[in-house]
Order: sequence, then C-alpha cells, then structure tokens
Amino acid sequence: MGSDKNELLDAYRRMKSIREFEERIHIENTTGEIPGFVHLYAGQEAIATAVCMHLRDSDYIGSTHRGHGHSIAKGCDINAMMAEIYGKKTGLCAGKGGSMHIADFEKGMLGANAIVGGNPPLVIGAALTAKVQGTDGVAVSFSGDGASNQGTTFESMNMAIVLQLPVVFIFENNGYGEGTGCDYAVGAESIARRAEGFGLPAVQVDGTDFFAVEAAAKEAINRARMGQGPSAIEAVAMRFYGHFEGDPQAYRSAEELTQLRETGDCLKIFRDRVEADKHVTKADLDQIDQEVMSLIDSAVNAAREADFPTKDDLLTDVYVSY
Amino acid sequence: MTQKTIREALNDALRQEMRRDNNVIILGEDVAGGHGGTGVIDAYGGPLGVTKGLIGEFGANRVIDTPITESAIMGAAAGAAATGLRPIAELMFVDFMGVCFDQIFNQAAKFRYMFGGKTRTPMVIRTTIGAGMRTAAQHSQCLYHMFTSVPGLKCVMPSNAYDAKGLLIEAIRDDDPVIFFENKLLYDHACDVPDESYAIPFGEANVVREGRDITIVAFSRMVHIAEEAAKTLASEGISVEVIDPRTTSPLDEETILESVEKTGRLVVVDESAARCGMAADIAGLVAEKGFSSLKGPIIQITPPHTPVPFSPPLEDAYIPTVAAVVAGVHRLLKV
Repeated sequence: MGSDKNELLDAYRRMKSIREFEERIHIENTTGEIPGFVHLYAGQEAIATAVCMHLRDSDYIGSTHRGHGHSIAKGCDINAMMAEIYGKKTGLCAGKGGSMHIADFEKGMLGANAIVGGNPPLVIGAALTAKVQGTDGVAVSFSGDGASNQGTTFESMNMAIVLQLPVVFIFENNGYGEGTGCDYAVGAESIARRAEGFGLPAVQVDGTDFFAVEAAAKEAINRARMGQGPSAIEAVAMRFYGHFEGDPQAYRSAEELTQLRETGDCLKIFRDRVEADKHVTKADLDQIDQEVMSLIDSAVNAAREADFPTKDDLLTDVYVSY
Repeated sequence: MTQKTIREALNDALRQEMRRDNNVIILGEDVAGGHGGTGVIDAYGGPLGVTKGLIGEFGANRVIDTPITESAIMGAAAGAAATGLRPIAELMFVDFMGVCFDQIFNQAAKFRYMFGGKTRTPMVIRTTIGAGMRTAAQHSQCLYHMFTSVPGLKCVMPSNAYDAKGLLIEAIRDDDPVIFFENKLLYDHACDVPDESYAIPFGEANVVREGRDITIVAFSRMVHIAEEAAKTLASEGISVEVIDPRTTSPLDEETILESVEKTGRLVVVDESAARCGMAADIAGLVAEKGFSSLKGPIIQITPPHTPVPFSPPLEDAYIPTVAAVVAGVHRLLKV
C-alpha cells in the first residue's frame, strides 16, 4: 500500500472518523448526557486503522477499555456505537455494555474490554478456532503498554507460539498506563524485545506513522494467514487525552500535551505525506472531512433522540432468571 | 470532633498506622501515580484519592506504585505478609479480583490453616465495590459474598466514615488477610470522626436504628437505603430496627438473632447477589437459629440475577431502592 488512491482515502476516512468521534465525545461528555467512563483513542488512530486495513470481517480483534478506535477501524456501525455510549436501546449492545464493552461479532469485533489484559487469552481462542477449522482467519489482540505487563498477556504469547496460532499481538505504547509512565512500569528494554523473548517475531514502529504500522501489520498478518505463526508489534503513539475523560493528567507536563498536537498527530502526518506524494489531493481529503463531520453529527443526534431500554430489558439475555 | 469523609477517614487510618509501624506498606496501581511521566509524583494519590500525600511522608519504598499486574500485587502482598511486612494492597475495582483470585483464595487465605498454624498473613486488600456510577458489568460488582464464603479471609464493608477509620485500623493490625470493601458512592459521605487512632473490633454489628416491628439487616451503601426506608416507614407508624453487621466474616450472629427475637420479622437488603449472596446467608442463619421468633417469611431485597447493566434506566432498576425496601416491608406486614 502507499499509492492506491482508494486505499489511501479509505485509510484516511477511518482515521478521521475515529478522530472526530473521539473529539466529539470529549465535548459531549461535558453535557452529562454520556453515562459512566469514556477513554479516548485520539492520537493513536493510525495504529488501529493500519492494522484493520489488512483484516476481513471474518478475522477477529480483541480490544481494550480504549476501544472506540478499534471498533471503528474494524467496521462497526458508528451510529450504533454512539447510541451504545449514550446507553440507548439502539446501541450495538442494546445499551447493556456501554463504551467499555462495545462488541460486534459480525464485524469480527470481540469486544472492548474493561479488564487490563482481558483480551489476549480470548483472542488466541479466536485464533485457535481458525486453526482447528482450517480457515485462513487471523486474530489480532490490541493491548496497551499497561496490559503488556499482565500475566495473561505473557501466557497468551507463550501459548500462541507453542500452538503456532494465527494471531498478532499489537502493543500500543501510548506512554502511560493510567497515571504511571511506561518507562517506569515496563521493566524490559522495550515491549517488542520482551515479545521476542517469548519466541515471537517482533518489531517496534512509530505509531504516528500510518505507513510504518501498515507495513509491519501487513507482514505479521500475512505470516499468520499463511500458517506461519504469531507475531508482535509495538506501536508507539501518545494519547492526546487522559486515561479517562475527566482525568486531570497531573502526571504529564503542559509542554508534553502541547507538543503532542504539533508533532505527534498521525492524521496531520498522514495528510502531509499523501498530499506531498500527490496520490490524493487536498480536496479529496477535505471532502472526507466534511462527510465524516456530518456522519458524527447525525450519530450524536440520533443517539440523543433514541429511546433508553426499559425495565423489561433488564432480565433479557441472562442465562437463568429467578 | 471533626467531620470527615470516608476518603479522609481512610487516609487518616493509613497515615496513623504507617507512622506506628514501619512494616506497614502500601502497594498498588497509581497509589501515588506519576512515576515515569513528565508531570508530578502523587498525581493520583490512589485512583480514588485515598492514598494522597502518603508517598510524601513515607517515601516510595513504602508507598509503592506497581505495574498493572494484579496477580503479582496480591501475591507479593501475601508473600511479604508471610515474611514480616503488613502490606496493604490496593485493587482499584473488586471486579479485577478475577485477574488475581488464585493469589487470594488459594494462597493467602489458606496459609495459616494449611501450614498447621505456623504462619500468619497480615495483609489487607482495599478495593472498591458497588453499582450506580454507570461503569457497567466489569466495574460495578460487589462480590463480597464470594470472599465471605472462603474460609481464611475476613471481609469488612464500612457504611460510614467513623467505621471506615476504625475498621481499617483493625484490619491493618489483624494477623489474617482482610478484604476491605469500599463503596464507590460513599467516599464523600461524612460524619464525626475522631482525630486520634482507634480500632473497631470485627464481628460487632452496629445497630444503626432501634425499632420494634421489623429488623432490617443491610450492608455497605444499603445501610443508607435501609435507613431512608425506615424513616418513611416510621411516618406510617412502623418501627424498624436497622442493623449494619459491618463485617460479614466474622459475622455478628448474636445481634441479628436478638433483634429478630424482638421484632419477629426480617428483611435483608444486600447489593451483592440474588443467589448465594449475603441476603441468602443471613436468611439461612435466621431460618435455622431464629425460626421460632419469625412471624412471617424472610424478605430478601437484592438486585436481580443479572450482570450490572450499563444504561442508566437499567442500572437504576438493578440497584435496590428505598421504594423496594418499603414495598418489601409492606409485603411482609401485609399492609
């Protein structure tokens, strides 16, 4: 990838959709209409997008508490996602899950996950299904630098290599696990080097560079699809916002936050590059900006107007009622 | 006396015990926060602000920020406890017990008995419980009933700031693993709390309100729901006794049984679980040991047997309400 206009526009549309989705939630969250916790993905859009560009609906991903970006990149319906975040009946999970539990199995989205390190074991399960059934399906686990330290993650990497599962572990190093820096909490030289210790081919890439992530993801996903076993990618990109919305972020300096928007904006970096390469025009990209803005607008309006679930919904979809 | 919130009362207890005993340490995720960042240390002071300022007084050797690795936190606390420290491990949400359950129920809980009484495990796990913050199925559970059912663990759930301080001090001094359940919605709840150190013994219920007609046993935040219900019922001429056991293990059976002997009627209000939860446990106790006093069936007011839903109307319907407690009492009295 790199010169195909349709692919580039598709990638930009996904990244821009994630960005606008998150920026809008950042604003709407202050109205008090959005219940509970939201954790924004802004700043990391290139990672989810570059990886999911190489996945099919029949491939699976497992996500984190910061899952909006993965969901959009994997093709989840933006209107239904927004409705879910507002707790409405029209939401992807009928309002029962919320931001931290968005899932859409038809799109291969196994769920955002509110447990740090919760998804890697589940994702190797999806890879096991592909292996046992003899499909060429691939499963991708998205984890943060925080989850990279969890025992569940270590166990999953080891099992993946032992069973030669078609899985890719993406470690999104966004600098902080909650309010603690990655440099403090990750004892190894890097997350990628540690993954190598488990026997996985592993690389570290600049997560703000869509093309760097894309090249690494393509190689790793192809390896998995060809039955050549698991891989790991550490993609480094700082999050623009706090651990959760409302986080005062005293663990970050003001300079760091200002600089991020200037030098660490993956959308800006992408635009500059593709415009300079003349594969797409500014007008093409501006057109997408407009379309995305209006899509997010209508998603928010629809979510606001949608009905809440009713008491009758409380007792549905539970295994046993008493 | 000073009015303090539960958050402040807990901070008081931690600070006083750390001053008293150098073996008391705190470890957990972001108990200070800010290490490895570009901002300040003690950026969080605990995810809910309870440990704020402690690293400043006691240093990073005793207020220890850990990676997000719950099994290692709990195992390290158990291992350190068995070898000379008195660790207080903080677990942001009780739901995360799922990640580290082995270290608690197979390891820490069993040491004293399984090793023939040759060791003690003086550790405290502080964690948060409760629905009502729209934080969905993996951040809203109570789960204290599960730990109550494990021999070797002590389970504490304060409903007010006075109890929070005294019970946490008792927990730190206790030689067994204690799980200290803090309701997320109660942190700003304030009452008079002495500045000096004091301990409240485990297994002593607090009779929050005396009454003649009905006994309500309630836990943690449900104590306040029960009190509200009692006020409503009082205006109807129904006299309600409200009992807060404060600890489910050990459990003050005597106070509950004596109350039921007096009132003849029992309602249990419990957020933990519809099946095999604390309501069922108390109902079982009274059915066995207080049967002859009962003038009617035991009423259990609990959430339904579902995970905690996210959407506000569903979560509101999930959590036991004052209206549900009043209706339960009416049902019992056939009002």
